[in-house]
Amino acid sequence: MTIEGVAEIARAVRERKVSAAEVTEAYLARAAADELGCFYRLDPTARDQARAVDEKIARGEDPGLLAGVPVALKDLFVTEGLETTAGSKILEGWVPPYDGTPSRKLKAAGAVLVGKLSMDEFAMGSSNENSAYGPVRNPWDRARVPGGSSGGSAAAVAAGLVAGTLGTDTGGSIRQPAALSGVTGLKPTYGRVSRYGVVAFASSLDQVGPLGRTALDCAHLLEAIAGHDPHDATSLDRPVPNYRDACARPLGALRIGIPSEYFKDTPAAMASSVMAAVDELCKHGATKVPVELPHTSYGIAAYYIVATAEASSNLARYDGVRYGLRVDGDNLGAMYARTRAAGFGAEVKRRIMLGTYALRSGYYDAYYLRAQKVRTLIKRDFQRAFERCDVIATPTAPSTAFKLGAKIDDPLEMYLNDVYTIPCNLAGLPGMSVPCGFIEGLPAGLQLLGPPLGEETLFAVAGAFQRATDWHDKRPPR
Amino acid sequence: MKLEPVIGLEVHVQLQTRTKAFTSASAAFGGAPNTHVDPYSLALPGTLPVLSRAAVEAALKIGLAADCSITERGRFARKHYFYPDSPKGYQISQLDEPLCKGGRIEFVLDGEPRRVRLNRIHMEEDAGKNTHVPGARYSLVDYNRCGVPLVEIVSEPDLRSAAEAAAYLRAIRQLVRWLGISDGNMEEGSLRCDANVSVRPAGETKLGTKAELKNMNSFKHVEAAIEYEIARQSDLVARGERVVQETRLWNADKGTSHAMRSKEQAHDYRYFPEPDLPPLVVDEAWIARVRGQLPELPIARWQRFQTLGLSAYDAGVLSAEKELADYFDAVVALGAAAKPAANWIMAKPDARPQPAFVAELIALIGDGTISTKIGKDVFERMTAENRSPRTIVEAEGLVQVTDAAAIEAACRQVVDANPKQVAQYKGGNPKIIGFFVGQVMKATQGKANPEMVNEILKRLLS
Repeated sequence: MTIEGVAEIARAVRERKVSAAEVTEAYLARAAADELGCFYRLDPTARDQARAVDEKIARGEDPGLLAGVPVALKDLFVTEGLETTAGSKILEGWVPPYDGTPSRKLKAAGAVLVGKLSMDEFAMGSSNENSAYGPVRNPWDRARVPGGSSGGSAAAVAAGLVAGTLGTDTGGSIRQPAALSGVTGLKPTYGRVSRYGVVAFASSLDQVGPLGRTALDCAHLLEAIAGHDPHDATSLDRPVPNYRDACARPLGALRIGIPSEYFKDTPAAMASSVMAAVDELCKHGATKVPVELPHTSYGIAAYYIVATAEASSNLARYDGVRYGLRVDGDNLGAMYARTRAAGFGAEVKRRIMLGTYALRSGYYDAYYLRAQKVRTLIKRDFQRAFERCDVIATPTAPSTAFKLGAKIDDPLEMYLNDVYTIPCNLAGLPGMSVPCGFIEGLPAGLQLLGPPLGEETLFAVAGAFQRATDWHDKRPPR
Repeated sequence: MKLEPVIGLEVHVQLQTRTKAFTSASAAFGGAPNTHVDPYSLALPGTLPVLSRAAVEAALKIGLAADCSITERGRFARKHYFYPDSPKGYQISQLDEPLCKGGRIEFVLDGEPRRVRLNRIHMEEDAGKNTHVPGARYSLVDYNRCGVPLVEIVSEPDLRSAAEAAAYLRAIRQLVRWLGISDGNMEEGSLRCDANVSVRPAGETKLGTKAELKNMNSFKHVEAAIEYEIARQSDLVARGERVVQETRLWNADKGTSHAMRSKEQAHDYRYFPEPDLPPLVVDEAWIARVRGQLPELPIARWQRFQTLGLSAYDAGVLSAEKELADYFDAVVALGAAAKPAANWIMAKPDARPQPAFVAELIALIGDGTISTKIGKDVFERMTAENRSPRTIVEAEGLVQVTDAAAIEAACRQVVDANPKQVAQYKGGNPKIIGFFVGQVMKATQGKANPEMVNEILKRLLS
């Protein structure tokens, strides 16, 4: 099959050049042959979903924006009737009785859910090595990680196991794996997409977004899932623009902000790859503007207070009482302790402990409140910068994909891989990673950051870049 | 050394809304275990809270009725503790930005208006219910109640006796029922009370070390537990011992309390702002609308009823429940004088015939159409048959006989027929006149005007 990606498949199915059933069959075969460890499980209803799409088309009904598009979901998207583990032993065997909003909207738009994808446990990690069910291999070099926490999602897109997918991004979990695996990924503005039915990591930072081969593929996916949701009080009640059209928009006199803070510690090869991408955009009418984001260096510290504090709270519900794993004990306290000791992995426990410590009585001001103040400063940095530019360009990650096991015993080193993605989450802004070249055969990612609800601008820039370059068309060896 | 007790109450009131505070599951009391639940109530992964406006509105009603200042932009907070009745591992509550600050509760104690200052009223969600199965190695949990909206009303330490604390608590019960936001039922747990009790030398302004009392599920228990705690602390002080800050559980069967946990063992709730909810914004217009819907409050009613000429006691009875007070007002609005209206209503407070019937009955008695005695029968019948008193009086020919000649004829007949009783009367037994009155009323089917009968009999017998 030569039709690839979200936009192409949706059009082909809609125009009856191929049936949803045929596409699904082809992708189920690819998923079954997955050697990278992307899939946790397949959805046994995939063929039924595809048939329903074909029947809709046969009846002359609108099959939806994503008609017949085979997708799979990171395993923290709650899917009715299909086991959802968040990559953790503590949720092993949990079959949700409801569909989350992103899952429901994808299906409503005609997408076919073929299965669930590997991830770092509870989305905590930057390498996908924290999955309780085994790591994922980077399709460009199977000895390397795909990035994380949406590592299964990014690798699956890169290897063509799915047409497109959704990830979640709390500190870079869409953009960093997109960069390390050579695909396009977008973290939208906080509140743009509902978090209802998405297993929570850090509520004030978590955001759902698309991963695809191209900006246009991501635009299709985002358009299908964005919008206000009465089930999520933090979702924004703002109209959803036509992101597909935005991808074709000319750049015009676009001002690209270049923050020195994001380049000074970056290896030269990565910095020059990103700057080459910026120069390419300048050939199409954009101009470079130096901007300052002086509080960038405080981002990681603030992030690991806020994210761990919220995680320690959000993960309190995994207590063995109502669902998931239970390890019995002599009394209630013992049951809680044994269940959580057995159910959570090392990184999750580390973060629960950090967060619990940060929220102790009497320490709130020194940690959580102070981190929130840093957040405000970082937000202000961006506000000032966006007075001078329309979009900010940076590397997505300081390095390309690293070797499996290289950082797993050094959490701080692992955390530092998110240094350029984290400030965007702290400020609630949209951020995108676009393939921008290769360093020693491994993909590099250009990060584009926009002002609140600036997704259209990001799509316009990424669309123009992908018309001018073919990095996104490169395929890993099979 | 004379000791003064100092008491503050923390009162939880379940708000009777259709849905739970943060989800659309039913908030109705009871039901088979775990039937009023949904993914949020069970804290399934991925679920999020969405605040019920009805719950906020109910909380605003009590806040405005208690004259609190309303926080126009407040955040909810998470309060963490591990227990099976708390499925999320935290309760959504309010910490430093409660919906209502300050304010006061007014009530009447021994015929005098009393005022207790409030510290705050905040919103939170209720927990589920654990049932410990005797002998079993497990407990059962019912999440029906989990997530039902609550307000916690925190008083300042203004109360000085157990009786006063109980009166304050009754005033809260009256107020929440009056506002229609809760049934205030302590036995079913829709009204719950913890008490902070300390003692100090009379005249001292610094607070003593307090104990927090829990597990009191009736007004009687609240009063008894506080009484017991005051005595216990006074004893300690008298013996020169120190009061320890602790939480104590009341045991109603034994009539004593025992220490549950000390200050050192107190939970660290790890409060932080609830990130799943935007700040609760209560604007002026919303406040004005709720304020406009507030009924006249119990104390105001009590005072107004007294200006109508009722005693403080009668005014208190009639303003105990809003429905009764409204009923009384309806009768008076139809032209009935306040005092007879109060008497008729208080004689049978639950009968509640149509207000127009009561007003008409009072008018019929007032203009002499029927006697008060006949009126009592008519009241029964107009209640039972839902017919107007005038219809009953006319249909049954109950109109009072005021024709002096006819009454005198009836009296004379009775006097003539009972010489023995006449002799007794004349022999110095004036009470026997009741016998003659009874006979005359019997002869006239109760229709003779009793005062006229009395008067005429006295004349005939003298």
